[in-house]
Amino acid sequence: MVILAETLMLAAVLLPLLAVVGILLFRRYPNIREAVSLVTAAVLFSVVLLLYLQVIGGAAVRADYLTILPGLSLSLEVRPLGLLFALIASLLWFVTILYAIGYMRAHEEENQTRFYAFFAFALAAVMGLALSENLFTLFIFYELITLGTYPLVTHAGSEKALKGGRSYLRFLLGTSIVFFLPAMIGTWFYAGTLSFTPGGVFGEEVPPLALSILLLLFVFGVGKAAVMPFHRWLPAAMVAPTPVSALLHAVAVVKAGVFTLLMVCIYLFGANTLSSLATIDYLLYLIAFGILMASIIAMQQDNLKARLAYSTVSQLGYISLGALLASSSSIAGSALHIAMHAFGKITLFFCAGAILVASHKTCVSELRGLGRQMPVTMAAFFVGSLSIIGLPPTGGMWSKWYLLLGTLERDQLVLMVVLLISSLLNIAYLLPIGVKAFFPGEPAVASVEVKEAPLPSLIAIVFTSVVCVVLFLWPQLLPFFGDFTQGIVDAPR
Amino acid sequence: MISHLPILQVVLPLLAAPACLIFVRARSIWLFTCLACLLTFGISVALFLHVSDVGPLSYEVGGWPAPWGIEYTIDSLSSYVLLLVSAIAAVVILAANSSLGPELPERQQPAFYVLFLLCLTGLLGIVATGDVFNVFVFLEVSSLATYALIALGRQRQALWAAYQYLIVGTIGASFFLVGIGFLYALTGTLNMSDLSERLVEVEQQQLLAVAFGFVVVGIALKMALLPLHGWLPNAYAFAPSIATTFLAASATKVSLYLFIRLYYGVFGAETVDALLPVSIVFLLLGIIAVLAASLVAFRQSDVKRMLAFSSIAQIGYMAVGIGVGSTLGLQASLLHLFNHAFIKGALFLAVASVVYRTGSSQIDAFRGLGYRMPWTMAGLVLASLSLIGVPLTAGFVSKWFLVLAAIESGLWVVVLIVLVGSFISLFYLWKIVELAYSKSDSEASRNEAPPLMLIALWVLVIANIYFGIDTRLTVGASASAAATLIEGAPW
Repeated sequence: MVILAETLMLAAVLLPLLAVVGILLFRRYPNIREAVSLVTAAVLFSVVLLLYLQVIGGAAVRADYLTILPGLSLSLEVRPLGLLFALIASLLWFVTILYAIGYMRAHEEENQTRFYAFFAFALAAVMGLALSENLFTLFIFYELITLGTYPLVTHAGSEKALKGGRSYLRFLLGTSIVFFLPAMIGTWFYAGTLSFTPGGVFGEEVPPLALSILLLLFVFGVGKAAVMPFHRWLPAAMVAPTPVSALLHAVAVVKAGVFTLLMVCIYLFGANTLSSLATIDYLLYLIAFGILMASIIAMQQDNLKARLAYSTVSQLGYISLGALLASSSSIAGSALHIAMHAFGKITLFFCAGAILVASHKTCVSELRGLGRQMPVTMAAFFVGSLSIIGLPPTGGMWSKWYLLLGTLERDQLVLMVVLLISSLLNIAYLLPIGVKAFFPGEPAVASVEVKEAPLPSLIAIVFTSVVCVVLFLWPQLLPFFGDFTQGIVDAPR
Repeated sequence: MISHLPILQVVLPLLAAPACLIFVRARSIWLFTCLACLLTFGISVALFLHVSDVGPLSYEVGGWPAPWGIEYTIDSLSSYVLLLVSAIAAVVILAANSSLGPELPERQQPAFYVLFLLCLTGLLGIVATGDVFNVFVFLEVSSLATYALIALGRQRQALWAAYQYLIVGTIGASFFLVGIGFLYALTGTLNMSDLSERLVEVEQQQLLAVAFGFVVVGIALKMALLPLHGWLPNAYAFAPSIATTFLAASATKVSLYLFIRLYYGVFGAETVDALLPVSIVFLLLGIIAVLAASLVAFRQSDVKRMLAFSSIAQIGYMAVGIGVGSTLGLQASLLHLFNHAFIKGALFLAVASVVYRTGSSQIDAFRGLGYRMPWTMAGLVLASLSLIGVPLTAGFVSKWFLVLAAIESGLWVVVLIVLVGSFISLFYLWKIVELAYSKSDSEASRNEAPPLMLIALWVLVIANIYFGIDTRLTVGASASAAATLIEGAPW
């Protein structure tokens, strides 16, 4: 049993790499090339699902592969949070490929082989990150994600794309070199290990000042979590083709960031250590401020993708906040929000791409009345918006529910108010788009014939928006629902 | 047999140098040089294995016992550096024949190989010998060969660069000579282990301080520690590409070795620091070098010069490791000494390939090369990542130890500066990478570098990845070298 599980775990990382080879081999046959991506994604999802079924009984699965320095090894281990992330990422990879087939062909993009190959490579890195046993392994995959997605961001090859890619690379590699790396080495120095351990790795003797510095370095060093002021790469990366923005910047890359923060908070610091730090409040307020600021900036964006990007920055703040609050509800809320926001935001990005392909419109102000021509897309957009805001009947409600509960558990009324205000702001910048598409008020300018997006893209859009609703009705479909925190928060040290 | 290896290590390339002239054609000389370098490498491997299994080796030249005659001593530190230098030589010389083709007229090529071997002799001699005057001799052998190697560059500025280095290098060597002259006057010995014992008894502390000062400044000039780095950018930019590759990967490293050997092994770090603030100065200069040289590198339009300034910054890292002053810091320096040789070797070799194909090392020449020379550019990208310090590359390992050492000593500011420096290196290296993978106007067809240059490049690139994953050799050897130098008595 255990051997099977170990094989599955390794397969989850290696399968997308295999897909890279396949994609390169069939570069002259676009249909087979895309089939390789789709089949691999489907197999990958089943592998992760099988892995989930294997470990649901509580069996520990871990394996060491390479030892770089004594005690510092490349190891994988299955944990609830990682498994959830891996499941979402692999499922959405499949959906995104489906979407991309429609999008990339309709858009007549060049270099599609390179696109699909790096896409698969990035997914391999995401799988590795989700299944990392220790911070070092996680760090490696974290960097691989950055490097693997860079060619996707600069896909267009235009000066604008290169500029966006430059800032993408500088922010992500820069924060990880200047802050994340010393945080990791400092952890190694004080704790003597980088293994993710329930309850934390730091002993009583570590000075609180050092812990505060390390936490600060982690929060800013994990640039993918887009904590202000290191969020600028996210809007810059929106020059990428929409499928990339969708999967990588609503799911894989940004969620890799908040996932890392969650792992650091839960498994390296531990809930007890974290809440005992004197400086934690300042960090929490800083993040809360970021949530509000990002929402306010989002309101001012007319470019649809830029608005979604700032919305992502704000929503990532929710997850970071939950991680740092480190109460059992807030962590559950963060974990849920990884899932809920993924489905909601990917729907919105898919819609933005569909609108671009079908009508060549990129600005919010041009979307009025579009619901007549693209009813399915705009309806999905509306559902996605609801989920991001956290309104029923969408899954986003559950994660916000738990996050609010978390602020109460830690007696942080100010933060609760911030979250509520931010939700109001979400309504203000997301909901009108969907509403005005169907009820333009004054007669919309009669535009040229606009049809729905290509069929594969449409299927993807409908799927993710339906999932948003399904997760409201049956949130227990998510693995470990209500159970993320078991053995994590109150674990003895 | 094994007991004669220390002297053979040096004598083999020394004899091979004039023997080159037996052959007439440049190609046969190259093959002969390859053979000599390979044998030299084999000897260093044997020495390394012997030292790590059995222990230090000592050889009395001419059978004269130690304090009177010249002694060659191979311990864990010197076998580690010997291995590095001879390995770099063996890899680089592989590419020499192809690379020299367009850069040097056929009739001048024999001179290159002779000078190359003499330079190698000098560098290996500095590391192998246990006698400070002998060090000076080899320093001059390698320096003179280096001046001539630089002067072989095809542009006219090469002569000026060589002349510049000749002046500065001679001043450095003179400082060094004056320093050991003082030491000889004070102690009456030139043998390193003898010297370290007698230095304790010296009473004229001020004279001792002067002696140390001369020695340290002399070596700092040769290792291009900021602000004594002026000679390096021109020398690297105008020398034949393959000579630059070899020098960048080995020459400054040997100077650093010499400093570490004398500072820790012979003088004793505490003795020196009681008289002169060497470790503080190294820390400060290192920090300034890391920041300033990286920033200057960013502004260069010639890639060779850019990498030259990057080398000055990297020497800064090694100086910081020494300045931190702990065993871990020294180990970090030694690790970076080793890893950086492979990083810079690979980078300069990639540039050499570009020069071979495009005839220019200006940054604009790199446009679109990612499609025309895919393998060369892939190697360049990997080596760049290693320089930046991305995990699973050699550069990451040395950065890890350097940061760990700084944290251990509580120098958080140093941690920050060191890392900001490597962040800046991302800026200038990515300028090249971005150009290489952007579309060029002229759709030239694929035009890869000659196979031998590619092989040499990829040997170095793979070494970068190998030493980033399997760190037993580098970490083990540097740990034992650092421990013996700091804790144990010299030798």
